[in-house]
Amino acid sequence: MRVNVTVNGSAETVDDVWEGESLLYLLRERMGLPGSKNACEQGECGSCTVYLDDVPVCACLVAAGQAEGRRVRTVEGLAEGGRLDPVQEAFVEAGAVQCGFCTPGLVVQTHALIARDPDPSDADIREALAGNLCRCTGYEKILDAVRLAARRKATA
Amino acid sequence: MTSPAKAAPGRGGVGDSPVRPDGTLKVTGEFAYASDLWTDGMLWGATLRSPHPRARVRALDTAPALARPGVHAVLTHEDVPGRPVFGLDHPDQPVLASDEVRYQGEPVALVAADHPETARRALADIAVEWEVLEPVTDARAVAADPDAHRVQERGGIVRRQPIRVGDVPAAKQAAEVVVSGEFEVGIQDQAFLGPESGLAVPADDGGVDLYVSTQWIHKDVAQIAPCLGLPEDKIRMTMAGVGGAFGGREDLSMQIHAAMLALRTGRPVKMSYNRQESFFGHVHRHPAWMRYEYGASGDGRLLYADVEIVLDGGAYTSSTENVTGNAASLGVGPYEIPNIAIDAVGVYTNNPPCGAMRGFGAVQACFAYESMMDRLAAACGLTPVEVRRRNAVSQGSRMATGQVIDSPAPLAAMLERVDAMPPPPAADASDLRNLPGGVAQTTHGEGVVRGVGYGVGIKNICFSEGFDDYSTARVRLEVIGGEPAALVHTAAAEVGQGLVTLKAQIARTELGVDRVTIAPADNAVGDAGSSSASRQSYMTGGAVKAACEAVRAELLARAARRTGRDDLSVSGGVVVSRAAGAVASVAEILGDDAIEETREYHHRRTTALDPVTGQGDSHTQLALCVHRAVVDVDVELGLVKVVELAAVQDVGKIMNRLSLEGQIHGGTAQGLGLAVMEEIVVSGGVVRNPSFTDYLIPTILDMPPMRLDILEYPDPNAPYGLRGAGEPPTLSSTPAIVAAIRDATGKALTRVPVRPEHIVG
Repeated sequence: MRVNVTVNGSAETVDDVWEGESLLYLLRERMGLPGSKNACEQGECGSCTVYLDDVPVCACLVAAGQAEGRRVRTVEGLAEGGRLDPVQEAFVEAGAVQCGFCTPGLVVQTHALIARDPDPSDADIREALAGNLCRCTGYEKILDAVRLAARRKATA
Repeated sequence: MTSPAKAAPGRGGVGDSPVRPDGTLKVTGEFAYASDLWTDGMLWGATLRSPHPRARVRALDTAPALARPGVHAVLTHEDVPGRPVFGLDHPDQPVLASDEVRYQGEPVALVAADHPETARRALADIAVEWEVLEPVTDARAVAADPDAHRVQERGGIVRRQPIRVGDVPAAKQAAEVVVSGEFEVGIQDQAFLGPESGLAVPADDGGVDLYVSTQWIHKDVAQIAPCLGLPEDKIRMTMAGVGGAFGGREDLSMQIHAAMLALRTGRPVKMSYNRQESFFGHVHRHPAWMRYEYGASGDGRLLYADVEIVLDGGAYTSSTENVTGNAASLGVGPYEIPNIAIDAVGVYTNNPPCGAMRGFGAVQACFAYESMMDRLAAACGLTPVEVRRRNAVSQGSRMATGQVIDSPAPLAAMLERVDAMPPPPAADASDLRNLPGGVAQTTHGEGVVRGVGYGVGIKNICFSEGFDDYSTARVRLEVIGGEPAALVHTAAAEVGQGLVTLKAQIARTELGVDRVTIAPADNAVGDAGSSSASRQSYMTGGAVKAACEAVRAELLARAARRTGRDDLSVSGGVVVSRAAGAVASVAEILGDDAIEETREYHHRRTTALDPVTGQGDSHTQLALCVHRAVVDVDVELGLVKVVELAAVQDVGKIMNRLSLEGQIHGGTAQGLGLAVMEEIVVSGGVVRNPSFTDYLIPTILDMPPMRLDILEYPDPNAPYGLRGAGEPPTLSSTPAIVAAIRDATGKALTRVPVRPEHIVG
């Protein structure tokens, strides 16, 4: 089948998509955007989190065909004009990145959190990121990164 | 003439916390992990695995799979070009099963196809006629009667390692207090997030180029080459981005399979496991059964330990020998005990295969010996901290192996520091999220009880028992764009721990340059050993330091010839004379020339353990961590919330505080997982929960705030005095959390993970 989808601001048409493919497969294997990660492919780990229109979703749980005519924003589309988003900067600086496989999903989820709540409490951060597994960091530096990103965005 | 250079503070040298060189790529999604690789004309590989833990393959028909459009190859054991078996320590694991499968998930056949779904459907087309056999699943039965339960030619026992010190029977007569217990540890999974993946590209010379995520490139190549029937120099392996490892990438997974498919089809082949397959694609932490008896004087000083440890390694050897050795040599932990009898045994069964996981044999024993220390404290009327302090090792103490601890072991001071930390405040029960169970709580916290527990762990750093452990580094210094620049090349695996950052820090400090590039890890440079045993800061750090020192010596020799001075050092890209100040820039000395040096770094040789007495100087370094856990337990619902974890760890030297804290946090989190949630549940050799829906790892809601107190007691034998740091916190957090749950509930809790039914039952 053919899928028409706007990805990171660019209108794209993809042909020969098998109906069983997920949005994650479409992005990673057919559109050259492997930033969204394939850690569980069953919606448990959050590493494939992308915006579908304006809502963060697990791309592995969205059929490719469901993206028809919609807007997708992935981790590759967060930096604007060659400048990292403050969330991305904060993850690097705070030590929230180790192996980094969870990072794209956490960065997108954090981006969405701060967009709707510019000053989240620790409890709010934990609740918002509860669907994103990280095996390396024990989450302490991720909390640091989210707090730092919120401060940066508030003063930007 | 070769006095060390100094990178100015804040310039990213040793002791600073510069940002990761791969950090920006990782936050933008551009970092190429093994599962991200893609090339024109690529095929997808897939693996047919045994559904049975033990069965005979009566017949295998691949014709229907081959007939499916889009399928390019279907391979079985008959297609293995060389040696049919591989293995880390012993080649006893079939590349593809020939006659008998010995664990659920054992690879049987391979498919290469033009789409992953085509490959999956082709696997279903392969007709296998199975003769299902009764699996061997009782590790203790194997230990008791190995010949009756042989699952493979090597037999029922992988290794028995006794430890005998003093006279335990006599000590049993003298003891005033005796405590005993049986303890169990379930199977833990590394659960790294990046699935086993890689790309194999056939090369014009008949060899293969492999891009994979692994922990040990050279060991992979040494295992792959004989199975492919190729010389090692025809296997060119480059590290692809690694999405975590924790021991689970020390054994091979898809490497030989992808190479076989690529060589057969003449096309690049990508393999990438999904999460379910990943649970069958790597070894796990050994489950353990442990019986402990301790005797002590009335004031809580240990007189004897009588210990039995059984570790289930599954069907193939993997690293079970060394895991068993660790469980034995570290079986009673960091305590002075004059009389010791330990019998540790690793066995073969048809349960899931087990091998390396963070903590490596020391984790299981730590849960038991720390549980025993709490029992001893209770029996003697002492606090948990005091009973540990009274028996704590220090520099000069003998371990159970007779090995004298010859560098600082500040356990008593660590215990005092963790004990002095202020307790966390009581939970604010007005916000349900603060209670055990969180927003799923159905009460107002009436049944919530707070508990506090302590745990101590000791871990060997680097490879032990006489292994000639080394790493290799090549360092090149040259002028690029008018500036001196260093290139550091090693084969060491960056698995997330931050070794790439540390290598650059060492080069900046030793060469006095700011600009350092880290070359991709591959086998065009010498062996770096594995990114395991908390060893890479020590070993590859030591190799990079040695190679930099050699480069610096050559640089300063050239500068000496040019200036006629012999009081030179290098700092900030400038050669400095003690008497005359700056005499030349590094760029001037180098000109168009490059200086390149390669060095191997070996740690002090260790010795084997005596097979009868278990005595020997088997470890080159030991590292301590102490945890205090505070928990809230809903004793009516069986729910646990870990409120705070505090850790005191001695690391010798803080090389990079940001990375180090990340290691302690992450290691602590994996210990929490083992304490309260993580277990591969097996019945009759069959895994019941191979998914992240059913195998739970800690989320951000499960992890509490952590308080760290990091000490620096230098080890004079180690580079910069550092002590490996990645594993010790994984040992001690588990027993601390379980002790805290016992404190809250009064339950014995002899098995991890602790489940709600253990609390309310």
